[in-house]
Amino acid sequence: MDVLSILIDWSPYIVAGIAATLGLVLIALGIGILLGLPMALGQVYGSRPVRWAIGIYVWFFRGLPILVLLFLFWFGIFPGIGLGDLPAFVVGAVVLGLRGAAYQSQIFRGAIQSIGEGQMIAARSLGMSRFIAIYSVILPQAMRIALPGWSNEYPNMLTDSAVCYAIGVAELLTVTSRIVSQTYLTMPIFLASAGIFILLNYGGIKVLHGVERRIAIPGFGSGAV
Amino acid sequence: MSDNNIVLRVEDIHKSFGNNEVLRGISFGVRRGETKVFIGPSGTGKSTLLRCINQLTIPDRGSVWLDGEEVTNSGARINYFRQKIGMVFQNYYLFDHLTALKNVELALLKVRGMSRSEAREKALTELRQVGLEDWADHYPAELSGGQAQRVSIARALAMDPDVILFDEPTSALDPELTREVLEVMKKLALQGMTMLVVTHEMGFACSVATEILFMENGVVAEQGTPDLLMHDPKFTRMKNFIGQFDSYRGD
Repeated sequence: MDVLSILIDWSPYIVAGIAATLGLVLIALGIGILLGLPMALGQVYGSRPVRWAIGIYVWFFRGLPILVLLFLFWFGIFPGIGLGDLPAFVVGAVVLGLRGAAYQSQIFRGAIQSIGEGQMIAARSLGMSRFIAIYSVILPQAMRIALPGWSNEYPNMLTDSAVCYAIGVAELLTVTSRIVSQTYLTMPIFLASAGIFILLNYGGIKVLHGVERRIAIPGFGSGAV
Repeated sequence: MSDNNIVLRVEDIHKSFGNNEVLRGISFGVRRGETKVFIGPSGTGKSTLLRCINQLTIPDRGSVWLDGEEVTNSGARINYFRQKIGMVFQNYYLFDHLTALKNVELALLKVRGMSRSEAREKALTELRQVGLEDWADHYPAELSGGQAQRVSIARALAMDPDVILFDEPTSALDPELTREVLEVMKKLALQGMTMLVVTHEMGFACSVATEILFMENGVVAEQGTPDLLMHDPKFTRMKNFIGQFDSYRGD
């Protein structure tokens, strides 16, 4: 039996694995933005206790190996707060998301801090509240500056998501090793899996570059001459 | 000065940064339609004074009154007063991600709560006023310094302010661009806009100012009409200050 026909036979599982992987990535990136952006704002504009609390969060989630975090939540924290029945997929997505938020917050923070103080001063001088100024002047600029750096988060998250294999999420790596254990075609199957990862990676990066071009503003942040 | 005509009153403003007392008790009143020009060496607190007026900098002491209402210590109402006190900055501070038109529209939409069409109409009117209607769809990076500054004047005008503060509006511009910005300001003055202008442009000060305040070391050292300060032998300090420029003209 050649590799291709094996892959075709297993294709429903592979497609499900790809879907699980992309699901993990998209949910985790979403959680990362939803938490990371307010955290960045808190670190730039917040009071001392707020900045301190966010600092602890970032320190914790960036300080532990991802596998350790995953086990900590899977075996300890979620069962400990009565959520032991959560599916592995949900736990995986949430842990990747919480960790991603720590990294993303620092990308957003850098971008927000790179906006000249004149933008806020001008906004306030027109009678805008701080909230309106942040929302309609600072963030639209900061997000554009953040995007190239943020784009790193997609391939990072895609490759990191494979760690969910360890808690039994049926994502692409889990599916791959299951096929290998059934067929003993170790290298061909893993290479095929690697090819799929690379394609997913390429596609996502393409999309992000497209977004970057779409929201570009003449003379703003491009550095092009 | 007839008091009922006073639109802006500044009383005994003090401000220190660390041990450096930048403003040491400044008081004056501004009548509606007046153009007051502040002249003086760098570091004498002229810009700080303007920022104290709209509370971008909080003065240590003293008060500011707009139309009989206190601007200082006004809490959240400061956002209301800032709509009434426009400001134009040396480096324009246009919103870099928005076209000229949207720069002027933004506060109309977000602060005034105007409808899109209303805000657009108003913004185009103000851009026409500064001669930039044709540049409405250009981004700040595509504008010359003079154009950018005129957009920022339009942005301030759009709020229909009672008074506009100009903080060295032409200091970043070459002589030609300076002229186009000063022309706009002169037009506004003639239309009756109340303006406070910090500048080093003596020509503008002498031809447009209703009063010049010469500031030195955090106080108003000399104060009067341009004619008075330039020609009355009683006043010497501003003349000395300007004389320092003249010595470069090589006569």
